[in-house]
Amino acid sequence: MDSDLTDGRDKSESPGGDGNLHSSDVFARRILVLLAHPSLDRSEVNLPLAEAATDIEGVTLIDLYAEYPGFDIDVDREQARLLEHDVIVFLHPLYWYSTPSILKEWQDLVLEHDFAYGTKGTALHGKIFFNAITAGGSEEAYHSEGYNHFTLRELFHPLEQTAMLCGMTYLPPFALFGARTAAEEGRLKAHVSNWVRLLKVLRDDSLDISTAHAMETLNKQIDRISREV
Amino acid sequence: MGGLLFNAFIYLCAAVIAVPIAKRLGLGSVLGYLIAGILIGPVIGLVGSETEDIKHFAEFGVVMMLFLVGLELEPKLLWEMRSRLLGLGGLQVAITAGLITGIAMLLDVYWSVAIAIGLIFSLSSTAIVLQTLNEKGLTQTSGGRASFSVLLFQDIAVIPMLALIPLLALPELSSQVPDAVHAGSESRHGFSLVDGLPGWGYALVVLGAVAFVIFGGHYLSRPLFRYIASSRLREIFTASALMLVIGIALLMTLVDLSPALGTFLAGVVLANSEFRHELESDIEPFKGLLLGLFFITVGAGIDFDILFGDFSTIIGLTLGVMLLKAMVLLFLARVFQLERGADWLFTLSLAQAGEFGFVLLSFTLQNNVIPAEMAKTLSLVVALSMLLTPVLFIVYDKLILPRLQESETSQPDEIDSQGTVIIAGMGRFGQVINRLLIASDVETVVLDHEAGHIDRLRKFGIKSYYGDASRPDLLHSAGIEKARLFIVAIDDRDRAVEMVEHVKKNFPHVMVLARAYDVRHLYLLKKAGVDLAIKEMFNGSLELGAEALKMLGFHPFKVEKMSRAFRRHDNAGLEKLYELWDEDVDLSANRAFLATALEHADNLQELMRTDRMQMHDRTERGWTPPPKNYTDDLKQ
Repeated sequence: MDSDLTDGRDKSESPGGDGNLHSSDVFARRILVLLAHPSLDRSEVNLPLAEAATDIEGVTLIDLYAEYPGFDIDVDREQARLLEHDVIVFLHPLYWYSTPSILKEWQDLVLEHDFAYGTKGTALHGKIFFNAITAGGSEEAYHSEGYNHFTLRELFHPLEQTAMLCGMTYLPPFALFGARTAAEEGRLKAHVSNWVRLLKVLRDDSLDISTAHAMETLNKQIDRISREV
Repeated sequence: MGGLLFNAFIYLCAAVIAVPIAKRLGLGSVLGYLIAGILIGPVIGLVGSETEDIKHFAEFGVVMMLFLVGLELEPKLLWEMRSRLLGLGGLQVAITAGLITGIAMLLDVYWSVAIAIGLIFSLSSTAIVLQTLNEKGLTQTSGGRASFSVLLFQDIAVIPMLALIPLLALPELSSQVPDAVHAGSESRHGFSLVDGLPGWGYALVVLGAVAFVIFGGHYLSRPLFRYIASSRLREIFTASALMLVIGIALLMTLVDLSPALGTFLAGVVLANSEFRHELESDIEPFKGLLLGLFFITVGAGIDFDILFGDFSTIIGLTLGVMLLKAMVLLFLARVFQLERGADWLFTLSLAQAGEFGFVLLSFTLQNNVIPAEMAKTLSLVVALSMLLTPVLFIVYDKLILPRLQESETSQPDEIDSQGTVIIAGMGRFGQVINRLLIASDVETVVLDHEAGHIDRLRKFGIKSYYGDASRPDLLHSAGIEKARLFIVAIDDRDRAVEMVEHVKKNFPHVMVLARAYDVRHLYLLKKAGVDLAIKEMFNGSLELGAEALKMLGFHPFKVEKMSRAFRRHDNAGLEKLYELWDEDVDLSANRAFLATALEHADNLQELMRTDRMQMHDRTERGWTPPPKNYTDDLKQ
């Protein structure tokens, strides 16, 4: 299972200079999905999302916990990956209103001064960044009146600001609320197909970025596109 | 002596020539042996009267085979089989014997003779069927298992049959035969513990013998084998394995029980023993040779004079018996709802008469149940039906199997998805590996050649077996064909490399992991094709080094970063050096270069010194704070 997921990296890392046009060269944007889920064997939503992403051409999926089980993140390798892609996605469940710890470790190590920020730190300029999140609470709970008091987008202000400091275009989260019961209530399938659609429109540069940027979550935007198709 | 050598040479020659040819032609080894027997016996006439004696000797192959079958069958499995054993096996014997008796009586055979014939033909050939199922890898299919239950029931049923036959004696025959022959085939040695005992006494002796086999197998065999294993003499272990099998066979004969059944029981008792795989691989070659010999004697014993004297009758009888047996089997397969395919395997594999038929036949002859002339004809029918069995297997292979494969999309095998992990070497290194795997619910088979180790492990409830894992036959009986991983954790460096080479060459699908003694050993293992090797000392010493740094006052997380970088650097260096090392494949010619390269890799201090700056940079990099004035850039 893990190997299936990490296999995706070959799609974009192997050079396409053998006469054939490599798949990732055909697309407007190459997408890097960094999956962070510490117990994939129990995963009900993130795993199907990850598997769906590996099946899309032009998308590279990295299972961070599989690649760095001891949190010994290889900074050079991760920076090289960032350089090879145009869209960076954190795919993860919501842990204490933020990412699982390995993604924080990843930020601390990989987003170096003079690489991601600072005078010479322009490596990420112009790239698109967003989180794909599964949250336990309902959408109403993530509201000033709800028990979580903040919207998901507000909770992720630190990452929005990180993206801005790195010169990236930030998009609101693509979220599944009430994720613990999504499978039982039959909401999973629609979410996975929206996820696939989202990755494809981003890859093919057919998403209206400035409209998307202003929204609370990416879901509504994708719903609208889905209805139009 | 000359005669013995000559005969042995003829038998071996025939087997060596005929069996490989038969196998190549897709006929299977059993048919090869039978044809070899026909060639040297009735056709060329190289061997003659001694075949009967050799056959009695070779029947011991069947005894050994049942011992091996028993070893594969833990008591729990046997208990789970009980309904099939009694239902399928019992009904097969009863219906077949009943029908054949009835038909014989319709053909004007006297009733007691008819019953004897019915009993003789109700049995099938354990030797041919199990050997062929094994060869074709069908033992664990549902058809193979059903066949096995029936064969096992038949082997058990022989005992009451032997008791019943003397009661069927024809008075007009007994007057012609002197009493001296009355010894009975099962007690040829002419001595019996149970002669002249009353019924209850006999029962007590039999129960005692069975109890002795179970008790002895469970409690006495282990100290014995452990003692012998500690002597480290292979041939003595083989000798004691043979002694065990022959001893039990002898005991059973003394109390008028079937030796095959006795050794089967002993096998079942030892199925849980740590010596199981070693016993298996020791007995296996003897069993194979003796069974081969047995098949040759069956072929050699076919009497062409009688056959051609009344060709149509004998062929008719043979085919008739086989057809009838097949119909009964097919009926039972349907009643017991065997799956498609399994029903045909079951029907075709068991449709012959068997070696116990010969035993019963000679016993009936001695007890004056069947006239001698008829016995010769019946014996020929039994032999011919055995000769035709491999043909039935070919029918199954060529006609039934292709149809099955057409109609069904290929079904997954019954192998559990996890597969097995074989661990060779249960010293301190292997034990940790095994404990981790078992704690994660991974099935392991553990091999070690130190009987004392195995004993201790067994006390902790760890399933482990005695044996030298560098022996291919032992790997085979440990199930290397079906294993997913093979872990070499032994401390003998050369043998470890040999093992890796052997497994990677013969079972390329098995991933091999190994414990490396040092860098040189690591490279040798890599060259042998190991998938992953780990230097046995590396982690421990790195950890202790890290602790030392902490005691010197370094911050623990700083030490952690240093260790990580060190490990990464070391791995990279090893791989780089291996490329150099491997380019010069012809090692022996270039030892000096190798030595220098390895010294370089081994000399850790040297590595640290030359590389200090780079390493320092590397460890600190992730957590290096930005420059003091970095916010100036950001404010704009």
